[in-house]
Formats: sequence, structure tokens, C-alpha cells
Amino acid sequence: MVFKDRVSLEAKVAELKKSMPKRKVLVCGGLGCLAKGAQRVFDLLVERLETEKLSWTVEKIEETPHHPVKTGCMGLCEAGPLVMIEPQGILYLRVKPEDVEEIIEETLKKGVIVERLVYQEEKNGRKELWPLMKDVPFYRKQVKVVLRNCGSIDPESLDEYLSRDGYLALAKVITEMSPDDVIGEITKSGLRGRGGGGFPTGRKWQFARVVKADKKYIICNGDEGDPGAFMDRSVMEGDPHSVVEGMAIAGYAIGAQEGYIYVRAEYPLAVRRLKKAIEEARAAGLLGQNILGTSFSFDIIIREGAGAFVCGEETALIASIEGKRGMPNPRPPYPANRGLWGKPTVINNVETLANVPAIILRGAEWFRSFGTLTSPGTKTFALAGKVKNTGLVEVPMGITIRELVFDIGGGIQNDRAFKAVQVGGPSGGCLTEKHLDLPIDYDSLCGAGAIMGSGGLIVLDEDTCIVEVARFFMNFTQNESCGKCVPCREGTKHMLNLLQKVVDGKASMEDVELLEKTAVVVKDASLCGLGKTAPNPVLTTLRYFRDEYVDHVLHRVCPAHVCQAMKEYFIDPEKCRSCGKCARVCPVSCISGRPKVPYVIDQNQCIKCGSCFEACPFDAIVISWRRKNHE
Amino acid sequence: MEGVSQEVALGRSFEKVNAILKKHAYNPSNLVGILQEVQEEYRYLPEEILTYIATALGVSPAYVYGVATFYAQFSLKPKGKNIIRVCDGTACHVKGSSAVLKYVREYLGLREGEETTPDLLFTVETVACIGACALAPAMMVNDDVYGLLDEEKVKEILERYEEGREGADGV
Amino acid sequence: MSNGVEKKVVVIDGQEVALNGEKNILEVAKKANIDIPTFCYHSDLSVYGACRMCLVEVEGRGLMPSCSTPPEPGMIIRTNTARVLEARRTILELYLANHERDCTVCERNLNCRLQEMSARMGIKEVRFGERKEKVPKDTSTFSLVRDPNRCILCGDCVRACREIEGIGIYDFTLRGSKAQVEPAFGKKLSEVECVYCGQCAIRCPTAALVVKSEVDKAWEAVLDKEKFVVAQIAPAVRVAIGEAFGLPPGEITTGKIVAALKKIGFDRVYDTSFSADLTVLEEAEEFFKRLQKGERLPQFTSCCPSWVVYAERNYPFYLEHLSSARSPQQMFGSVIKNFVTRLENVPKEKIVSVSIMPCVAKKFEARRPEYVHGEIPDVDIVLSAQETIRMIKSANIDFKELDPVPFDIPLSAGSGAGVLFGVTGGVTEAVLRYAYERLTGKELKEVEFKGVRGLESVREAEVDFDGRTVKVAIVHGLARAQQLIREVREGKRYYDFIEVMSCPGGCIGGGGMPLGYPDYLAVLRKRAEGLYNADRLSPVRKAQDNPAIKFLYEQWLKHPGSETAEEHLHTRYRSRRRISDEVIRIQEAKSAQKVDVAVCVGTSCYLKGSYNLLQGLLKLIKEHKLEDKVSVGATFCLERCSQGPNIRVNDEVISGVNEENLERVFNEEILSKVKE
Repeated sequence: MVFKDRVSLEAKVAELKKSMPKRKVLVCGGLGCLAKGAQRVFDLLVERLETEKLSWTVEKIEETPHHPVKTGCMGLCEAGPLVMIEPQGILYLRVKPEDVEEIIEETLKKGVIVERLVYQEEKNGRKELWPLMKDVPFYRKQVKVVLRNCGSIDPESLDEYLSRDGYLALAKVITEMSPDDVIGEITKSGLRGRGGGGFPTGRKWQFARVVKADKKYIICNGDEGDPGAFMDRSVMEGDPHSVVEGMAIAGYAIGAQEGYIYVRAEYPLAVRRLKKAIEEARAAGLLGQNILGTSFSFDIIIREGAGAFVCGEETALIASIEGKRGMPNPRPPYPANRGLWGKPTVINNVETLANVPAIILRGAEWFRSFGTLTSPGTKTFALAGKVKNTGLVEVPMGITIRELVFDIGGGIQNDRAFKAVQVGGPSGGCLTEKHLDLPIDYDSLCGAGAIMGSGGLIVLDEDTCIVEVARFFMNFTQNESCGKCVPCREGTKHMLNLLQKVVDGKASMEDVELLEKTAVVVKDASLCGLGKTAPNPVLTTLRYFRDEYVDHVLHRVCPAHVCQAMKEYFIDPEKCRSCGKCARVCPVSCISGRPKVPYVIDQNQCIKCGSCFEACPFDAIVISWRRKNHE
Repeated sequence: MEGVSQEVALGRSFEKVNAILKKHAYNPSNLVGILQEVQEEYRYLPEEILTYIATALGVSPAYVYGVATFYAQFSLKPKGKNIIRVCDGTACHVKGSSAVLKYVREYLGLREGEETTPDLLFTVETVACIGACALAPAMMVNDDVYGLLDEEKVKEILERYEEGREGADGV
Repeated sequence: MSNGVEKKVVVIDGQEVALNGEKNILEVAKKANIDIPTFCYHSDLSVYGACRMCLVEVEGRGLMPSCSTPPEPGMIIRTNTARVLEARRTILELYLANHERDCTVCERNLNCRLQEMSARMGIKEVRFGERKEKVPKDTSTFSLVRDPNRCILCGDCVRACREIEGIGIYDFTLRGSKAQVEPAFGKKLSEVECVYCGQCAIRCPTAALVVKSEVDKAWEAVLDKEKFVVAQIAPAVRVAIGEAFGLPPGEITTGKIVAALKKIGFDRVYDTSFSADLTVLEEAEEFFKRLQKGERLPQFTSCCPSWVVYAERNYPFYLEHLSSARSPQQMFGSVIKNFVTRLENVPKEKIVSVSIMPCVAKKFEARRPEYVHGEIPDVDIVLSAQETIRMIKSANIDFKELDPVPFDIPLSAGSGAGVLFGVTGGVTEAVLRYAYERLTGKELKEVEFKGVRGLESVREAEVDFDGRTVKVAIVHGLARAQQLIREVREGKRYYDFIEVMSCPGGCIGGGGMPLGYPDYLAVLRKRAEGLYNADRLSPVRKAQDNPAIKFLYEQWLKHPGSETAEEHLHTRYRSRRRISDEVIRIQEAKSAQKVDVAVCVGTSCYLKGSYNLLQGLLKLIKEHKLEDKVSVGATFCLERCSQGPNIRVNDEVISGVNEENLERVFNEEILSKVKE
């Protein structure tokens, strides 16, 4: 149906709230669960519930069977496929198709919990079970604002979104608020850009609002390129309408009639779901000409990225939408003045926009009740790396890293020792044990040398070499540098070379010094955000893990036993039978010996290729990690 | 089928390229989208097609070439039927994605510097992050994501796509 | 600070500078006598902001590029803080680490911005090592040499070609540290749409793009006692060569140049302004005839070789409109090889004709096959102003102190009108001075047509020729020319005469001129002024009044437009291939007497249904069982878009083919040829 005005929309929402089945069985359709076979679980559920319909009534169970729904990401990707049963809120983990029958028979029909599928922990020799999602430690400290619908509705259904007060914020905005009211409310809420920099969203809108122009644009930045981040993907896949609605509200606020969503090409599912959401919204009169009978018109076009991390930078993203190489431009002029096709343009990240409808409906005060004074609200994080519960979380700002890693994340896998968290991806920094009680908000992270970034949070344990991690990130930014300005183009290249030297055990302390100095200039002198933040991983690791650099350089030791160059191959004289096979395969001819005398490897020439190790028929080649002299 | 030479295929291709150009209203600002669709069609961006697109859009061939070489998604060399993207994002890297890549390449018998198998069945690439960090190490084959990979799992996946080859050859 | 806001000033290195509409900090700094270093900034190109050399510290905002940051009242700017210097020094080292450092044997030695900047900063060591990989140079054209090993990716050439000429043969390719600047598909310059104007080279801060030198050839000729070496000097160079010897731009140094060339060993030195006068007569006569008949208007000028080759590639329908008069260089070349030989009694093989030009496209023009007869070209060597300067320097001549020497007689000086050829609008003005008198039969009293002067990219004027209004337009820079011509084609504008020069300012801004850092536009203005002065000082202001021209007509050519003049002073143009003339083979015939058919599937023809034609044709061939006798291909554009769909049968283009007449065309044009 097409909503002609606000009243008809509100009537529909009210009707849907009543008619939506209360008894539901939700299967997580997030990428993680899908990859673990969630689709088969879902299909089977649908099929079984369909056939059950008949017998269900025969057995005189009063209600209708549960309504199966495939949702967006529920968060605890680690334990997928996830299935949730409503209205109770029972969460089942690692559900396999063979579990479906039992779930239907026991839980759906009888209301009995299948214990083996429930979250459990062993504490003091006692097994503890948490059958309800809200009690599971992973979810206990979370607050869902952005992810309010993600994991609990079918993202491909407009009706389901409407039943959650969907588009009521847009209706309110365009029927009873002036653009200035909207900007005022957003400014009051203190919402800051969730894409990394944390610029106040209200102010950004205000800048674009005051510029006079015949056309203005809203761009939703869905080019989530940070390796280790998938919050935006989850929102676009799990609740696409919230992004669409947020954009329309932003468009109304600044006076734009057209919006673009720029999505990474690596997210085909997000593209598909957004397209569907836009089409449905358009068909329902929630996008397009004269929305809800008002004079406000707004439409959205999707642009798929083509694989360039730098396009997350505002001016590069604009260039890319204009069909150019995604190379950033100096600012000023800022996009709010001269953006897409030279017109005032506001670029907001997915999460920022998904916050907007909630703020409008529930008010700035409500929003400010979460988080801290300077960073109100919540933040989503993609928890990954060596943490037990990997997945998608949303927490109030100001939560500590310790709570995030240990309470929500469940601590380190295999009970190894915590070493660091890498926050903010390649633009962010590594924080250490001493930062565990640091509250997570824009300013605290910045003070510690990291950045919020879009919210990737990778946990590193003692088996991770911090220098190697820095090298990895530098390699990433180096590959993704657009090549326009010289500090980033050449500087990151030389920084990578220097890091490679450290990892290869060939660096001197002068190299480390040059690395640091270059990092400072690259940070200071680069044209865009990519270059300006590219040195952060190096600078923070140098700041907090300098010893580990020194170990690599002065002692040729990799404490985490990762860097191959710090490995040594020895020949065990006891086991060596002097067959000479190792010497024959050695590509650098650094193994010598003669019959009846054990062979020896010249450590200075060995390139650690491992050929001898493979060739030795007597297991006489021993690998050992170099240790510091005093150890 | 013998006789369907590449030239004829190219001759026919104008129809497709023109349809794509028309769909995008010959608008140079849609260049990225045009190239994406053209690549979808041919699995790579042939030089003559790029030149043609430049003429049709009224921009210089150097401009089109510049855009085509900027984005990681575009290839100026023919790509395989199945695109394998091994994720080398942080989480995957920490969890051993390089071993996965090595195994994939070994399995397909790719030599140093080669990305595509000679039978044009597979192209192997690395990708910054596919956002499946919770499943690390992960990879994508075409649009499907596979996670928590080990050698056995990779082998099983690749075999499945290879079986598809028999079907394709039979046509 | 608030004080600064009120007073509308900025403080730069402690000095207050009043703001007066400056568009960036760079311009403000200049007012404070601070020359902030730049590589990628050119006042006449768009702002790029990539070279990072111009970073300055703005209080409260950190390092900002001064090229792209507008000054704001109250700003406190420091150009030499520790932070700025550290950044600038490191950036230079990063450049140098990726740049060949064999400066002493570099084409741009002592004339290189990178070298200059590293000297300024006193770089003694490059901590980042040396570039290892080497890429071959591109020497494929007569005009330019491209050396990617010296490219610093400032993008000046990319923007110059795109923004000034509207061609865009270069762009950035790849990204990150692999990023490069190169033509499409890494092709050579000779394989792309380059018109050899050299605007890229003149803006290149290093030797990544340089003029292809013919200095060695010139030395060889002047040192060869057997050879009789004749030079001609183009108008524009006389107001620019002095710049390299410490004289201000615009100062007329004609006599000194003649003196220097004589010292070097040139046997005769002539003035291209003379043949410019010849061009005026021939071109204006042509214009006069076209005006009378009202045909082939607008008439386009043809003295700019870059414009000519551009037109041949892109405006096949306008080739008839180009003046058939050769350029002054080629006219003089012809005069030297056909008349000076007689005058001096030297055989053609012994005479070496050297032209001293502001232009690098002239090198290409001199090698056009129509100007090479057998083995002997009309112009043997083309030296750009830059090369001429090099030659004077290597001859150890103290140019500044030279006493002027006059041109050789009898083909001595040109008129003031001829001198004006060096500046945009000059050809028009010169032609008007002739055409007015020719058309009205009256003497022109006020010879200066102020309306056609100036440096605006398009200028237009209406000239009253005794009742007949002649509409002229002048455009420089091919980007702007393309736009103008589009509007003319669309009927939005009408002109009788259009002067097109590819370089900004005309020949004074030629690609072979001394490099005009940093404020190129100011240099151009002074050079233009110099030429107007030279015109004003000329005893003869109109081409038709030049006695030497009269002498030449009497002795050799008879009258403008005569048969001799046609043969030696005029030329014909041909349509040249566009981006790609490769035919995509669809059906290959084996027969030796095969007929080649190509169907245009360019945009225009395609939209008119040429794809169906292709299918229909294949069907007809099959029906007639001619697969072995007729080859079929698809081509991109046969350049008759307006008359399409077009097909080409062997070498003949047939227009207006459609599905209805296809069978007839097939019978008449293809079947008949198969039978032959």
C-alpha cells in the first residue's frame, strides 16, 4: 500500500503491532551464521512448521505454530548458527539441522528448553546455563540502539520494520518539525560521527544547511573498509530500513532531495537488502515524490564501491561516486560547502544514520542517558581476534576495554595471556594491558594514541608479534594508499620496508629511529585521513611495545615466536647420520660436513627456508627460537 | 564449441556494451558502475572495450584506464569463472590466512605471479576484509562466504566448484 | 587575533599582510616576499594539493597546504617552523629516493624544480635509499621525450593536457607506491591523441617530460663547412630568449639572437615574420574569396600545427574550412628550399633549413610527409627556444652584451602584422589589416584592432568592412576551442573567421619556450606586450606593404593564390585515424581478391541500427555463399557520424546505409566488386 499521509502510516503501524505474531522462531541470517549453515536450519524449520500446521491443531495446541523469521546478525557469531525463540527470548547456539526436530517438539510445542543448545559456562566446577539471550554474559552489558532491530526482525520485510515504529520518525520530522528543529534535536543529542573522526553530526548538518544551493546531497558511507570491522555491514544487512529512514531525515534537515549509499562491492548481501528496502519504501510512498503527502521529496541511489579502502575518505568517496579515481582532495573546500558535483553534501556513516530515527522518536535526552558526557549514546564493535566470543556488540560509550574484552568477549581464547587490543583498524592503534580500564569514548581513545575508527576491535594475545601486526597494517595502508600525495605514497612504502627489516632481523636502531621520524611526518603532512592515520599502528606500538622492537633489532628475538627470521635451525649431532641430504637441498649451501661427522648449519647464511628440515630422514634438524642472551 | 572465436565474441559484445552504456545514460559519472557491469559480462576489461567506452562517454581513454587500474575489483586480464577472494583482514591474518592462501594456490597449481588458472576456472585474489572476522580465516568464492577454514575445508570447497566445471564443459 | 579579523589581515611569519581577495595562502605569502616552494601548483590549472611542498603551519590548524587553503582574516601563519622544515625536508628526501639523481647529465640540469628545492633545503643525504627499477624512456615522437624514472607524480601534465587542451592523454594509473602517470594502456605518446603542444613539458617540474633535442644535429650542420645553414626566427622567441640570460620577459632581443646565431655559424638568418606576412596574403586572399562566394565559412587558421592535427583527427567535416595556407614555418621552409637556393646559388642538398620556434609541435609539422620531398624536407631542423638558449650557452656567448645585428636581406624583416603571429589574436589582426583593404579597396588608417587583443580564452569581434560585417573569433587552448566549435556546429554561434591556437597566449606560451616559473601568466602578459611593442616599432605595419614580400611575388610567386603559390605555399589536410582504427574481425575471407567490409559500430551508427546491418550483411553473404570472398569486420568510428550508419567497402566509405537499402548496397557495392 502507499501511505498518503502520516495518519495512514500510523494506523498501519498500530495494526501491524497487533497482528504481528508473538510466537516466533528467529534464525540469524547474518554472514557468520549463514556461512555456518544457518540457511539449512532455517529452510528445515520453515518446512517442518509448514507441515506441522495440520497436526498442530490436531494436538489441540491452542496457538498457531511459531512464525519463522530469518533475521540479520544477532551478534554472537562465534557460536552460530543462532536460533532465538520468542516470546520467551530463548537463545540456542550452534544449531544444526538435526537439532530442528527437537527444538520443535520440545521447545516450541512444550516450552521445554533444550539444554545442550544453551549458552553455558563452567564455574568452580559447576556448569551454569543461561537459556535466555538477555542473561547471556555476551549480551548482558549490551545496549541496543543502533542494533535495535538487527537480529530480531526480518530485514527484507517492510512490515516488520514498520511494526517497530519504523518510519514514524520520518513522519514526525516532515509533518511537525522544521529542518532547524531536526538539527537542533540531533545537536542536543550530542551524536558524533560513528565513522571514525567523531565530528558532531548536528554541526555537520548545520554547515550544509546554511549553504545556499539548488541541489544538496546526503551520502551514506557504507564503504566499511577497515580490516576487522563489520558493524556497518551488519546494520545494512540486518536493518536496512533504519539506514534509509535516517538518510531521509538527514535529507530533510539539510534540504537534500537525493541521497547516495556507497556500499563496498564485497558486501553483495547488503547491496541486495538495501536495494529491496529502497524499492519497498518507494512503493509505500516513504521515498520519492511528496513523501506522506508533504512537500518533501527524497530518493536514494545505491553506488557499489569497486575495492578501494581510501574511498572511505569523504572526498575520495565523492570522487568515486562521480566516476573518477577515488583520490582525495584537499579540504577546504569541505564537502558541506562543495561536495558531490560541487554541491553541498553531508556524508554520514551507516551507524550514525541508523541512530537518527531512534533519537528523533525518543528524544535527545533519552539518547544522552547512554554513554558519556562528550560521547553520548552507544557504539557498535566488531569483536574479533583471539577473544572467546567473537561477534557484533553494541555497548554504551564509556564502557571499559576490560568489560568489552573479558565480560562480553569472555576473555582470551585457550586462556592465553592478553597482550593488546587493536582499536580502529589500520588507522587506529594498539592499546595494552594498562589501558584495560580506559573508558571507550572518542577522547579517551584519542588521548591514548588510538582512534575509535568505525569500531573494529581486534584482541591480540601473547602469541601475536606486535611488530608483525604493525607491519601487517602498514602493508595494508601501503596497498590502499591512492598514491596522490608523497608522504603517504612514498612514506608508507619506506615505513613498510623498515618494518620488514625489523621483522626480518636486519634492522638497526637507526632504522627504528628513521621509522619513527618518518611516521611523524607522514601523520603530519599527508593529504587525507588515510595518510594522516596510517602511522598510528606504528606510533602506538613504538610507544607501548618499544621493548619488542628492541628485542627484534638488538637481540634478534621475536618474543611471540612469529617472525620466521628469529627462528634457528640446528642439527642435532646425536641424531645426525651425516648422510648429507640436508646439504644437498640447501639453496644457499650453508650446511657443511663430511662423512661420520655431524653436519653443521652456518647460522649467518641460513635463510630459514626449512628445506633441510623437510629433507632430513632422521629428524635431526631442530628448530629453536632465539632467546635473549641473558635468558 | 569450435569456431566461436574471440573476435566474434567481441563483435557481439558491442551489443552488450552499448546496452550497458545506454542503461547508464552515457553518463561518465557512472563509469565505475559501467566498468563493473562490463567486467561482469566479460570477466575482465578488454582494452578495445575500454577505448570504446571512453569514446562513447566523451572522456579520454587515459581517464578510463586510470579508473580501471585504480580499483582493486577491476582486472585488465581475463579472470576465471570462479573468483576466490581469500580474506587477509586483521582477524584472518592473525588466525593464519596466509596458510589458507598458500594452500589454495598450491591446490590450484598456480605459479608465482599467476592469479588465474590456465583453464580460466579460478582466479585467486586477496581482499582487505570481507567482514567475516568472526569466522576467521575466511574466504569468498564468488558471492559465497566460507569461514573457519583449514586445509581440509578448502579442499572440499574447491572440489565442489571443480565439479561445476564438468557441468560447464558438458554444455 | 580578533584584531586581525577586524583589520582583514593575516600574520605571516610575524608580518601583517592585508587581504585583498587572494585565493590562497601562497598568494598572500608572495605579497610578504615569501616564495613558498611548490611542485604541483600552477596559477592557470586547477588546484591539486598533492606535492605537500607548500605546507605551512597555521595556528590552531596544524600543517596546511598553502595552495589550497584560502586565507582567513586573523590567521597566523608560519612558513618556517621546525615542524614545517622537518616535513619539507623529509618530503624532499622521499621524492629524491624515488627519483634518478644523476643531475649533471640530466636534460633539466640547473633548470629543475626538484633540484632547486633540494638545493634550497640543503639536502645532503637521502635516508631512504635509491630507486632501483628503471623504466624505458618514451622517445616515440619528434617533439617530446617522456622519462618515467624522473616523474614525481605532481600531475601537472595530467591537468595541463586535460584542462588546457581538453585531450587528457595522461592520467594516473594504478595506486599507492605503484601509481604512475602514463597514457592509456601504457602506450607511447605516438600511439595516443597527443598533439605535441608541449604544455605538459613546460609545466613538468623535472625532466620527466622534456623537449626532444635537435641541438646536436644543429651543431653538426653549422660546423659542416659544406653546408649552407639558413635559420628562420619565429616572432614569439624574440621576446623570450632573453629571459634565460637575465633580461626581463617581453624585452625584444631580435638583434641579439641574430648576432648570436651568426657567431655560432649560421650562414643566413631570416625572420619568420616575413613568411608570416606571406601567410597573411595567401590566407587573407583565400578568406576574401570565401567571403565573396559565401562558402567554407568560418575559415579556420592553420598556422598552429597542434590545432591542425587535432582538427584532422576530430573534425574531418571542417578540414575544408581550414585555411589551405601553410604555416609561416613551412612557407619559409619552402622559400628556403626553392627560392633561397636560387638566390644564393646553393643546391638543395647543401642547404640546411633550421627554424627557431617557440613550439615543439613544429618539430612534428616539419616531418609531415607533404613537407618532405624525396629525402629532403623543407625544414631540416626545428629548434625550440629552449634548445636555442642551450646552443647559445654552449657557444659561450655573453648574450646580454651582444650588439644587435640585422636580419639578412633581401628577405629581411617582416611587417608588424607578421610579428603579431606570436600572440593569440595576432593572426586575426594581421589578416584583418589585409582583408580590410582588399575587400573595401580603401586604406586602413587605424591598424590596431584592440578588440581581438587580450588573454581571455575566447574573444570575439565584429569588424565593419564598409558595410559588410565580418565576425571573427579567437580562441587559445584546445579545450576552449572544442567548446567553441561545438557551439558553432550547433548553430549557437556564427563566425566568418576563427583563429585557433593550442597554447595559452598563443605562441608566446609555446611548449618550447623558457620555463616560466612561478607565475606563468604574468610572464605571458609581458611577452605579449613585447610583441605589441615590436609591431608598434615596425616601420611597416601591414603585410601587403612589406617590400620584401612584394619582391618575392615579383621574383617568384607572381600573386597571392597563383599556381606557384598554390604549389609551394598551400597544402591539403587529411582525416587522420582516431583513437583506434583497428577493425575487429568477424569473418575472415581467404580469397586473395577478397573484399573488405567494415561496419561502423560507433555510438552514433550503433544507435541508428548498425548492429542489425552487421547481422544482415553476414546473412546476405551467407546466402550468396561468399564467406570466402568477403571479409567482415566491425570498426569503431568512420567519422561520418551525422550521415550514418556507415560502412566501408575496401577503402570507400558508404554512408546512410539502412536495413531497407542494405540489399541494394550489397549488390551494387559488394557483389559488383566480388565479380570484378
